[in-house]
Amino acid sequence: MKLALGPLLYYWPRDTTLAFYAMVESAPVDIVYLGETVCSRRHELRLSDWLAIAARLRAAGKEVVLSTQVLIESGADVTVLHKITRNTDFRVEANDMGAVHCLASKTPFVAGPHLNVYNLPTLQWLSSLGAMRWVMPLEMSRDDLALILRERPANLQTEVFVYGRMPLAFSARCFTARHRNLPKDDCQFSCMDYPDGLLMRTREDESFLVLNGTQTQSARVQLLLAELSDMHVLGVDVLRISPQATHTLEILQAFDAVLKGNQNAAQAQQSIAAYLPGEACNGYWYGKPGLEQLDSIKQVAQAALA
Amino acid sequence: MELVCPAGSLPALKAAVDEGADCVYLGFRDATNARNFAGLNFDEAAITTGIAYAHARGRKVLVALNTYPQAGNVQTWHSAIDRAAASGVDAVILADPGLMGYAQKQHPNLRLHLSVQGSATNYEAINFYYEHFGISRAVLPRVLSMVQVEQLLEKTPVEIEVFGFGSLCVMVEGRCALSSYVTGEAPNTHGVCSPPKAVRWQETPLGRESRLNGVLIDRYAPGENAGYPTLCKGRFDVGDDHNYYAVEEPTSLNTLELLPQLLAMGVSAIKIEGRQRSPAYVAQVTKVWREAIDTCVANPHRYSAKPIWMTSLDKVAEGQQHTLGAYHRPWK
Repeated sequence: MKLALGPLLYYWPRDTTLAFYAMVESAPVDIVYLGETVCSRRHELRLSDWLAIAARLRAAGKEVVLSTQVLIESGADVTVLHKITRNTDFRVEANDMGAVHCLASKTPFVAGPHLNVYNLPTLQWLSSLGAMRWVMPLEMSRDDLALILRERPANLQTEVFVYGRMPLAFSARCFTARHRNLPKDDCQFSCMDYPDGLLMRTREDESFLVLNGTQTQSARVQLLLAELSDMHVLGVDVLRISPQATHTLEILQAFDAVLKGNQNAAQAQQSIAAYLPGEACNGYWYGKPGLEQLDSIKQVAQAALA
Repeated sequence: MELVCPAGSLPALKAAVDEGADCVYLGFRDATNARNFAGLNFDEAAITTGIAYAHARGRKVLVALNTYPQAGNVQTWHSAIDRAAASGVDAVILADPGLMGYAQKQHPNLRLHLSVQGSATNYEAINFYYEHFGISRAVLPRVLSMVQVEQLLEKTPVEIEVFGFGSLCVMVEGRCALSSYVTGEAPNTHGVCSPPKAVRWQETPLGRESRLNGVLIDRYAPGENAGYPTLCKGRFDVGDDHNYYAVEEPTSLNTLELLPQLLAMGVSAIKIEGRQRSPAYVAQVTKVWREAIDTCVANPHRYSAKPIWMTSLDKVAEGQQHTLGAYHRPWK
């Protein structure tokens, strides 16, 4: 299985972002997804900057994929979409059906995690249009994935979101600007002040969700490490790690160590425990509410027996 | 411009038809539609009766099959398509491409509408479904401003339906997994959001609390109106701000005042939300909107939303208040 670094979901200052991807050049990761997927107002990096980063990562031996914005509303959004889908240098991850329209039957593409592929007929259709990889929806359980992979189309890779705060919802409204009583059109780029998003707590002070501009994330961190061997057996090809403000490198190293057999899952989990920005969760994988944390070792053992 | 009204039961369907709906949309009694609530929706007999009632009066019936077939039981959704086609409905409302492919192949004469759950917010997406599955109409997610709706209409041959009134999703429809994160069930997978079985009400010394699978969604002071704990409409703490509607207030979308513009830009249909609401709600809302559309079509230049319409709609609105939502730019 290969390791992938998902698109950066937060809005960091330009220099921070450039330094981050300079670090990635030598990090143990095979595939890197690049580009702004959340909000068209974010402009610290333009498409030309992303393409320059892409070229450096490719020169460092990485497979580079350009990710399109998930919510495309305006004519200007469509124009940016066209620029990405018409590029001839890098593969594209389609994050809405408009993007699929631009890529279908023209060039192989990645079907992103927000396309709502919940069943085999839809996956087969995307494959027939040129999808070379698909990213499983966050909500999908291991058992449903197993059903689909039993009859998956040939030459179609499967990617699973194994680490990070989960991007659960998208809106036209900016919740970070709302928090500051600012309209979105004059947001003052508030989200830049929250490199791991802005925590929303219940009135019992339980960490619940994370506001990331127009995107809402889980406060808990999806962590599927003990499940990697199960994924391998199922036929998963790629594991997605979502970038965070600090210690992304250590997270990548931990997954890499498990894949190479240098560490077992428990050791790796121990080694990164302090780097999670929130509590761990794995509920979706086991068909439970996403925020739940099940005893992975026990679950995996039970699955093996079944 | 068609008025498309909700029906969660046969009495609601009759109320909508009697008060002037051009189309009534409904769902089967299972997870194939996005209002999968106990005691709601239609079995075979009720659908047959409902279609006969509507067709006898020259109205249409649309069936929503707008959740995503789950890996293990795609057959349930296929059989729902077959049943809808056999019952003589005027169109099915779908979100899943695999299901559209099935409908197109098995029932080539069945009219297809792209559900709001398909998250198609731009012309590239809508035209894609048109080219591949021949969809006749697309329902727009409630995220576009008026200018954006107009721009989109200029670039698609597909009829466009927009939401006119009802409870408001602040998230893009089809792009929200918050409910499954908390409860394990969400619109895409189970046709529910913040499902009743996960709701607990508790009286505590701090006030009346609503919980969703144990997570505190809201707490009400004595005398305060308590709303259904839809998880994005609760009060939370962010930074130093305590106890505010961090995502969205309980409120209803109401676009009555935008009718002349929607008509002029070529919107084909106005959708009313609320299959989970009572026949009385359906009757009230349909009556107001019928009158408003007729008034607007007769003389769009002199149209204005009558205060009595707004008052009677506010009475049945969630949170007893209304908003123009994303159609009005500052809402974002």
